[in-house]
Amino acid sequence: MIHFPILRWGQPYTSLETTQVEHFATGEPVAEVSQANPGIVARDMRKGAERARGALREIPCVELLQMVKKGGELFKSAELPLGDGTQTPEDFVRQQSATTGLPEHMCRMNMGKLEYVLSHLDDVLTSLTRKLDYDILTRGYGEEDGVMRSYQATTPVLGMVLPSNSPGVHSLWLPILPLQIGLVLKPGPQEPWTPWRMAQAFFQAGVPKEAIALYPGLGDVGAAVLNNTARSLIFGGTATVEQYAASPGVQVHGPGFSKILLGEDTVDDWEQYVDLMVDSVLTNSGRGCINCSGIWAPRHSREIAEAVAERLGPIVPLPPDDPQAALAAFTVPGQAAAISADIDNALKEDGVEEVSARHQDGGRLVPQDRCDYIRPTVMHCASPDVAMAKKEYMYPFVTVVECPQDRMIGAIGTTLVATGLTEDPAFTRALLDARNIDRLNIGPVPTIKLNWLQPHEGNIVDFLFRPRAFQRA
Amino acid sequence: MSTDIAATETRVTEARTALDAQVREIIDWHFDPDTGCPFWLEWAQKAGWDPRQEVRNFDDLAKFPHFEDEWLRGGPVRRWVPKAYADRPTFVFETGGTTGIPKSRVAQEDFRTDYELFSETLPDEHFPKGSNWLMLGPSGPRRLRLAVEHLAQQRGGICFCVDLDPRWVIKLIKKGWTDHLKAYQAHVIDQAVTVLSAGHDIKCMFTTPKLLEALANRLEEDGSSLKEAGITGIFAGGTEFTPQWNRFAHEELLDGIYMTPTYGNTLMGLAASPPSGPENGYKITYYAPQPRAVLQVVDPDDAGRTVGYGETGRVMLTTLTKEFFVPRFQERDEGEREPPCEQYPWDGVSGVRPFSRLASATTVGVY
Repeated sequence: MIHFPILRWGQPYTSLETTQVEHFATGEPVAEVSQANPGIVARDMRKGAERARGALREIPCVELLQMVKKGGELFKSAELPLGDGTQTPEDFVRQQSATTGLPEHMCRMNMGKLEYVLSHLDDVLTSLTRKLDYDILTRGYGEEDGVMRSYQATTPVLGMVLPSNSPGVHSLWLPILPLQIGLVLKPGPQEPWTPWRMAQAFFQAGVPKEAIALYPGLGDVGAAVLNNTARSLIFGGTATVEQYAASPGVQVHGPGFSKILLGEDTVDDWEQYVDLMVDSVLTNSGRGCINCSGIWAPRHSREIAEAVAERLGPIVPLPPDDPQAALAAFTVPGQAAAISADIDNALKEDGVEEVSARHQDGGRLVPQDRCDYIRPTVMHCASPDVAMAKKEYMYPFVTVVECPQDRMIGAIGTTLVATGLTEDPAFTRALLDARNIDRLNIGPVPTIKLNWLQPHEGNIVDFLFRPRAFQRA
Repeated sequence: MSTDIAATETRVTEARTALDAQVREIIDWHFDPDTGCPFWLEWAQKAGWDPRQEVRNFDDLAKFPHFEDEWLRGGPVRRWVPKAYADRPTFVFETGGTTGIPKSRVAQEDFRTDYELFSETLPDEHFPKGSNWLMLGPSGPRRLRLAVEHLAQQRGGICFCVDLDPRWVIKLIKKGWTDHLKAYQAHVIDQAVTVLSAGHDIKCMFTTPKLLEALANRLEEDGSSLKEAGITGIFAGGTEFTPQWNRFAHEELLDGIYMTPTYGNTLMGLAASPPSGPENGYKITYYAPQPRAVLQVVDPDDAGRTVGYGETGRVMLTTLTKEFFVPRFQERDEGEREPPCEQYPWDGVSGVRPFSRLASATTVGVY
């Protein structure tokens, strides 16, 4: 069986404790994963974090950039080391699908997305650093246009507690290595595949092994990563977001609550936007934080809900290797049933209707022997005041909420991506000023369409480097 | 049948005979109106049967329901003191209590006896008689502090302690106050480093996996080590003491210092483990101090059924001392049943970890 060791600054370490990751549908063991203990993380960080950055600083940023771009090509196309053998790109797709429940074509799509980001990494970094000369980051200071600029790394390594549900999120940490900051990764329990393959691709492209550490494990290992790195990213639910909200060294990526907002000026043309709505809800099986979970409109909300439900409601689970499969499986026992029960509970409130139900004779929950599915769900909410209007789940679930335009921004709550369908300058201005919206699209841009040159939930470069005054006599 | 196997079987039989005798003595004691404690005497009255008549060996204890530690919450605590011992000085040790009323266990001599028995398992070359100890663990109303202190004294040493309030640690974890948590841990380690650096000739230590890591890392940051600080023997406990952690500690923290794992809590004595290292994959197997306490590994859905050797089950504890009677308490831990060994001719338990069905609700390894 495939074995994932711990990578302690590039060195494989086989733990006495292992877990098995299983095929979500058959229960067959797919791989065995060495489990780190928190003490290993603490010890490695103390002994090796500065060394990781030191090794990277010996290589100019532009060379590292070429290495990670090369790594991107290898990630997408090469046969790379895995366990005692190797892994082809198709192996990767099949294996990732087998343990995450994501259909294979979506795994392939995410793989392409990561390769795309890596191949455009110079543009991404140019944008995120605002065209800063990389040597200034390496040296810590330098003149630019006659002005002295100084940046200090806030940490030698970036810690990351990664999720299992959406492999696309790995794109967030790809720009780190060329900034000469080491990587400390705690993979999601069902998704050891991407961090491992990416690390192997980087190593083969010439990135120093001592720059990357990989610690599979339980929650205590994730906590150790956060506690022992000065800067870290964590992906999780609302509880995780709340837990780390006050920690400046932790950038939390939680549920997105991303939305499409129709203005008074466009809502009567809502039919033009149904494709955009369906794509925003359904792509990647609705698992991403950038998937739309709320469509807000000042009128026509019922018709919109009906139209979206007509497209999404009939979708049924298909085998993971079916190119038409649109739904990912829930692989954690009981999770889908709990979500479905939560929805049933919220449905008891007046003013809420499950519009997709009429397309789903057997109900939304589809239990299978070893996993479950939930069919796409479209809810109509007669007002923003019902509890259902604030719900988001890890599958194609969307609420269509009737809400006057002047109440909309105040009522939507925290929103990672908002697509404002409006040409009204006043509403556009209000959306631009809304501090509860992170990424803003004005016009018909699907919420899932990201411009990689722009920051995502904060600029990672600002997170890792602090500008400061520097004078040299 | 080889001589060795026959000898082991004989010892197993003898141990079982001693256990049955202990059961009779303890049942007779706790359910005698002149000697027993009010709690069990009242219990027997309500139950309507006399354990002294019906319980004559260990298997007969199945006639009792499972002991519930909730019974230990709140007073009057004297209902647990045997009438025959009512005039003896009595301690109360607490467990839990971060919020609400803690569970209390009375003790008089038990903790001393338990740790004296445990002391006999400690090799003198690593825990030299007459050397001083550091108790780097919880303070406050807990058995551990006094027990370790007694152990040190019993071995001719003096025990140095730190202030560590685990209830505050749990509150910090639950509030998510990570910085405060780190600061509190640093405060505890500061105390330990200060004591170790003060010329007290400390060679032996009790601690927990988390604190041992923190102390070893701190000493290393200061250019020293546990060994250079003079430590030669450590005993540690907790469900975090896994084979992997044991290996990690031996390979990366201890630099040859002897360390032995223990398993125990306020309700029982101290279960010891035969030596473990690379030769047995750092496997840890605990054996209760029979006949004073018994650990069984039982089917979680049918606690009357002991699982087979090597099989996983829930840990069930029975404590049989004149101070305290605990029948069939289902621990919050699970593990694998292990056969008797040369040193301990009765069942043991390995792979002890939080009971998986309760694990998410339990905060473990807080210090």
